[in-house]
Amino acid sequence: MIVLLLFLMPLLGGLASFFIKEDRTVRSWALLASFITLAFAIVGSMPSTNASSLEFSTPWMGTLNSNFALRLDGMGKILCLLTAIAYPIILISTWKTTYRKPNNFFGLMLLTQAGLMGVFTSMDALVFYFFWELALIPVYFLCSGWGGEKRIQVTFKFFIYTFTGSVLMLIALLYLYFLTPDKSFSIESFYRLAEIKGWNQTLPFWLLFGAFAVKMPIFPFHTWQPDTYEQSPTAVTMVLSGLMVKMGVYGIIRWVLPVVSTAAYSWGDVVSTMAVIGIIYASILAIQQNDLKRLIAYSSIAHVGIMALAIFSETHLALQGVMMQMFNHGINIIGLWIVVELIERQFGTRKLSELGGIAAKAPALTILLVVMALANISLPLTNAFVGEFMMFAGIFGSTLTKYNVVFTVLALLSIILAAVYTLTMIQKVFFGPANERTVNAKDINLGEKLALSILVIMVFAFGVYPQPLLNITDGYAQSIITNSTKVLSQTFTK
Amino acid sequence: MNALIFSAISGVLMMFSGFALKSGKAIRTLAHLLLLATIVATAMELRGIPFFSIKTTGMLQFDHFALLFTLIAAVSTLVFFLLSSKDMEKVGVSYAEYFALIFFVLSGVVIASAFQSLLLLFLGIEIISIPLYILTGSDKRSLKSNEASLKYFLMGAFSTGLMLMGIALIYGATGTFSTALIQASKSGVPVLLSTGMLLLLFSLSFKVSAAPFHFWTPDVYDGAPTVFTSFMATVVKAAGFIAFMRLFSDAFRDIGSEWKLTVAIIVAATLFIGNITAVFQQSVKRMLAYSSIAQAGFMMLAVYSLTAEAKEGLLLYGAAYSLATIGIFAVLIKMKDYTFEGFNGFAKQQPLVAATLVIFLLSLAGIPLTAGFLSKFLMLKATVAAGNMWLAVFAVLMAAVSVYYYFRLLQAMYFKEGRAQAIEVTPAFKVTLIGVAALTIILGVYPNLLLYWLYF
Repeated sequence: MIVLLLFLMPLLGGLASFFIKEDRTVRSWALLASFITLAFAIVGSMPSTNASSLEFSTPWMGTLNSNFALRLDGMGKILCLLTAIAYPIILISTWKTTYRKPNNFFGLMLLTQAGLMGVFTSMDALVFYFFWELALIPVYFLCSGWGGEKRIQVTFKFFIYTFTGSVLMLIALLYLYFLTPDKSFSIESFYRLAEIKGWNQTLPFWLLFGAFAVKMPIFPFHTWQPDTYEQSPTAVTMVLSGLMVKMGVYGIIRWVLPVVSTAAYSWGDVVSTMAVIGIIYASILAIQQNDLKRLIAYSSIAHVGIMALAIFSETHLALQGVMMQMFNHGINIIGLWIVVELIERQFGTRKLSELGGIAAKAPALTILLVVMALANISLPLTNAFVGEFMMFAGIFGSTLTKYNVVFTVLALLSIILAAVYTLTMIQKVFFGPANERTVNAKDINLGEKLALSILVIMVFAFGVYPQPLLNITDGYAQSIITNSTKVLSQTFTK
Repeated sequence: MNALIFSAISGVLMMFSGFALKSGKAIRTLAHLLLLATIVATAMELRGIPFFSIKTTGMLQFDHFALLFTLIAAVSTLVFFLLSSKDMEKVGVSYAEYFALIFFVLSGVVIASAFQSLLLLFLGIEIISIPLYILTGSDKRSLKSNEASLKYFLMGAFSTGLMLMGIALIYGATGTFSTALIQASKSGVPVLLSTGMLLLLFSLSFKVSAAPFHFWTPDVYDGAPTVFTSFMATVVKAAGFIAFMRLFSDAFRDIGSEWKLTVAIIVAATLFIGNITAVFQQSVKRMLAYSSIAQAGFMMLAVYSLTAEAKEGLLLYGAAYSLATIGIFAVLIKMKDYTFEGFNGFAKQQPLVAATLVIFLLSLAGIPLTAGFLSKFLMLKATVAAGNMWLAVFAVLMAAVSVYYYFRLLQAMYFKEGRAQAIEVTPAFKVTLIGVAALTIILGVYPNLLLYWLYF
């Protein structure tokens, strides 16, 4: 039942929001709804929660043999938890930002959350596809309705990209459906498919991978991303980069690796090469950016590239690292966006060249940003270090590829590059001489301090003691690896 | 049978009602009542209560498929009446006759969905077409309307000739008009039969405006009075596909190797031309004309695969597409400026109407949670089941292109600044639009609700 509530709460909350015209009321309502969802998510991820309450299944489209099946398992738990934690933080940190037609804005925000929750819990391919799109449509309206100057074209590009990806995914799901022995869309039947051979693997692999690669995004499918992040309202950028990016990573782990394992193995090196190119390329571009939002956007491409690389190394350690990193990257990047939002609201600009010398006037803001930035370059003791370390160890130890050392070294370069662009950013924004824009800088108020310090606490807490998260994901990572390597060993011993 | 007799009698009644009833309102009410009676009669036959028992000697077969489509067509026509019948009055003086012609088209639709003989197919298609030629030219003072009508008539007559030729050749090869008996030929496929079948394929492709027989469509749809374009592009087109489906699944299923490739090429060409040309249109009306070609390509996938699910899907597709397109046209009729810019800022002007238009556009684009998605999904599923992955991939890529032009309208309404022309909408109009939008969503979220109720 809990898993159903996780999806119903934001859905109903969102639908109700459309009818609350008053600005403050609808804000409070959205915040309340997101807190209730958070409560459900916490209860759902407790180890003591009864497993039967985390499952829900009802016949849906009888003739198509598709059930409305939701289940909260290891990876689902950690991502639902991330989604549920992110929403209140996003809403609190953008509390001061005014929107026209706030009822529609918050309604669409909550509908997006409902879609995300559905994506992370659905156990039926058709339901998964439904939620995949349900998460996309409200975001399209949010970006086009409330974004920056060039929002219409930019959002449209984003929409066409992802829509093309997702309809190709639909074809792949249909194709696999006809290959299942019992003609069913359920994930169990799909997992039994791993034995199919040759073209039957390759074709759906690329169709599925295309959809997820656009969403993540992996080089060369990333061109929509910096523009979209730049033009969207910051609250939506947080959802896009903190949560929706994870949909792609999640999709590969759940719907590609165990389903078309042989193809994932055969094409692993190709994908890894794409990921490595993306990592280096995005890091170098990030160094040259002058706009804060674009800088973080490119840094996000680099981080996601490492996750993709780690997934295709197919080791238990790396996979668990990816799940850790999905959670931690979500926390960190939302923290960075909050700082960007604060800076932009106060100084009216995001250009690095127009900022400087804020540190003296706003020490609290500086400290919080520096912590977030250091977490972004995954310094030890911060949360990102745990995930990245596990991923690199896993990539290095991978037995499936001959190039594991090359990939590891090249990917590690991105850490150095990350230090370059992050520290440059800190320097240009906070230190140096103050100009006429920043000379009257004010420090952040209590509410903003509160929202950011929750994040900072999480950064350190999960950096020092990541065990709870590891416990949640351990079993699931193992089952994915067992599932996909079992087939591989069968294929290659024959 | 109920629907056929009811709609034919209604047509005759409407024709003479012009003498007795002078006010437009009375004529309109009569037409609504007659259509309602037709719908009720169809529903009763679907539930096993036929009013008439007429021996058709195997020429007509009112099976579930035929009755269900008749019901869908009649309900779509009712929606069309509710939304747009007032605007028909502005077209010309013969208000009652317009209704009469539409009822005749409807009886043609019934025949075309239930035929079991090639002769009845011909009859049905002709009964549909001839009133349409008149409706296209009904705006007598407009040169464009006259031109469209003449063009439609000449091209239509030509394709009818092709159809007759095809029927004659098939008769020569098999010695029968009955679609059920054609497939009985065992030893190879006679050349006469395959030639006749190709001629039928071409003429029906013309009627449903599949490429490369689509050239009349944009001109005719653009030239005809917009109210009638709405009807032509929806109910009539869906009926053409039902006839298409019936003919090929009854008569030519066994000789699939003769026509599958041709149909696949026609599908791909239709999708390509319809979608790519629609992208470049500046007028919403012309965009909808090309979009109807593009949607025809998708519906034709059902003819290609001929599975039981494709049949069901075609019914759903017909309903989803007709409802959405009628809804958009109903609003378009009230606008003076048909360009995309004319819709700039429309959402501020009419928030509720704009919201329903969004649902219709999403349905046409095939976004989940709408009927349009589910019907496209069923088509794709049938295509993949038939083993043609490439056609399915091509179709979804074209569906992604279609998002471009449907969303342009959406962007104009919501995200662009402008002063859209204020339109007058009655509360009844709004209620109908909301009802249709709700139906679109219900069909998309839980189709079983409707499908099971119909199949009981």
